[in-house]
Amino acid sequence: MNRIHQKLKEDKKILSIYFTAGYPELNDTVNIIQDLEKNGVDLIEIGLPFSDPLADGPTIQESSTAALKNGMNTELLFEQLKDIRKSVSIPLIIMGYFNPVFQYGVEAFCKRCKEIGIDGLILPDLPLDVYLQDYEATFKKYGLINIFLITPQTSDERIRKIDDASNGFIYMVSSASTTGATSGFGSEQQAYFERIAALDLNNPQIVGFGINNAETFNQATRTTSGAIIGSAFIKHLNQFGIEGIPDFIKTIR
Amino acid sequence: MSYNADEKGYYGEFGGAFIPEMLYPNTEELRQNYIQIMEEPSFKKEFDHLLKDYVGRPTPLYFAERLSKKYNTKIYLKREDLCHTGAHKVNNTIGQILMAKKLGKNRIIAETGAGQHGVATATVCALMGIECVVYMGEIDIARQAPNVARMKMLGAEVRPALSGSRTLKDATNEAIRDWINNPVDTHYIIGSVVGPHPYPDMVARFQSVISQEIKSQLKEKEGVENPDYVIACVGGGSNAAGAFYHYLDTEDVGIIAVEAAGKGIDSGESAATSALGKVGIIHGSKTLLMQTPDGQITEPYSISAGLDYPGVGPMHAHLFRSGRGEFISITDADAMKAGLLLSKLEGIIPAIESSHAFAVLEEKTFKPNDIVVINLSGRGDKDLDTYIDYFKL
Ligand SMILES: Cc1ncc(COP(=O)(O)O)c(C=O)c1O
Repeated sequence: MNRIHQKLKEDKKILSIYFTAGYPELNDTVNIIQDLEKNGVDLIEIGLPFSDPLADGPTIQESSTAALKNGMNTELLFEQLKDIRKSVSIPLIIMGYFNPVFQYGVEAFCKRCKEIGIDGLILPDLPLDVYLQDYEATFKKYGLINIFLITPQTSDERIRKIDDASNGFIYMVSSASTTGATSGFGSEQQAYFERIAALDLNNPQIVGFGINNAETFNQATRTTSGAIIGSAFIKHLNQFGIEGIPDFIKTIR
Repeated sequence: MSYNADEKGYYGEFGGAFIPEMLYPNTEELRQNYIQIMEEPSFKKEFDHLLKDYVGRPTPLYFAERLSKKYNTKIYLKREDLCHTGAHKVNNTIGQILMAKKLGKNRIIAETGAGQHGVATATVCALMGIECVVYMGEIDIARQAPNVARMKMLGAEVRPALSGSRTLKDATNEAIRDWINNPVDTHYIIGSVVGPHPYPDMVARFQSVISQEIKSQLKEKEGVENPDYVIACVGGGSNAAGAFYHYLDTEDVGIIAVEAAGKGIDSGESAATSALGKVGIIHGSKTLLMQTPDGQITEPYSISAGLDYPGVGPMHAHLFRSGRGEFISITDADAMKAGLLLSKLEGIIPAIESSHAFAVLEEKTFKPNDIVVINLSGRGDKDLDTYIDYFKL
């Protein structure tokens, strides 16, 4: 069974952490993954850096630019991860933009992911209809779960379609924003969380964007299965380095 | 073969809408409505009225006698440089501001490189009394000061794009991010035939007035609707899309798209996407773009800020791939020379973007009886500093 499915069966709120591969230092990737697992994180999103990350705010943009400057690229990331399953069992997802995957070759990319033990992909700019038409079979062949996003503006009808196409969890973007916006969750988000809960979807939902402390984590997970922290974690890395990971996780739960 | 977009926005293998879900509702709203709105009589009436009385259309189709003599062929110039604000860009912004109003939007965002599209957007926003935010790379803000001032006079807010290489591609990223953050009340006026469906098709339709006019003007002057060649420069490709539009399916009209070679195709400082690009995704569209083998988008270079884009619109990628269009790239030096020549022979100082199209006359020999239409996409006022520096005037 895919590690994501296994994790989702556990009776707990999932804490997922996003970080950008190759940042702060080129060879931090494996250490960060190991430390996150050691400190009780449930799921990890490894960011494959891209020159033009449209859906990201300044924090992740800057980490991507820095990672690329450090020399990160697709082949190198796979190289760094090739023995990762000898040391960790946590579910691993690669999150990135579609163009680098497309250039690597979607089939070749998926194949490498399977060899390494990657469990899923999040490619925000690979749209639902293109995925279904051109790539679903390939993802399935290599046992990869594709994770789709929904937002407060996504219609119920479209959410149902996305639910049908999903087989892991749905990434619930908390508000109309790029990553890293931190206004906290107000009544609008509560209404959105409740609307989605009432849809009673087949796939569990994990909330991302704007989660930066215990309070927002708890708010976001009241009606959902978990939450994802990205920008806040990268900011913490900036300030305290890898050594600061245990402290950061403790502030969340 | 069809050279227009199908209903999913594909030109052959190119186009589509590769956008994050956050943008789906916005682009879907536009996709569902744009053709219907454009065909409404009230929309058409207002669009035509503004193009005539505000923009100054139809723009002349001018027979360039001295230039024709020099190159021993019949050269007509489509005078988009005479449009209000100095370039073809305003054809699109007039169309899109009316579209935005029909969709009930009360805030406009745009990206700009040289500032021409930013000025054209700020202009129509002033005209309609709508709030306007223009994203512009920090580096472009510094090198295009007069256009920044124009936008400010017109009441627009110019926001610097501080990410990445801080030029046009990054300004486009910032505009898209703004749209993600303001999905309900805001319309994004893209400045070329790029971006996710339906933008390339919508912008091409707004610009298609150029070839529509060429047809009737040529009929009047030469007794035929079809020239032998239409030549236009390609940044993202909007003036070219407009000049080619009504000739796309008329295969005996030669279509020549002119890209910026910068310092030379192999110099590492170029914007000749058809020569240097590979298929990929940029700003929500599958098209040809300049990128590393790893899929990171690279920074183009051209002396002309308006051609300094690492991709081309999907229509042009398809024209290139299918062989329907002939693609020629012109260096900075040849473009500058052609700009100076046009100034001296015809008394018309072209935008440096347009100068690239004129340089084709040196590259390619036309027959004496050929009718060659060159789309003069903009005037050179904005480029005076560059011309001055270059020619030590
Ligand atoms: C005068 C002029 N011509 C051409 C262009 C290139 O744009 P496009 O290829 O969309 O026509 C620009 C862009 O700024 C321009 O200002």
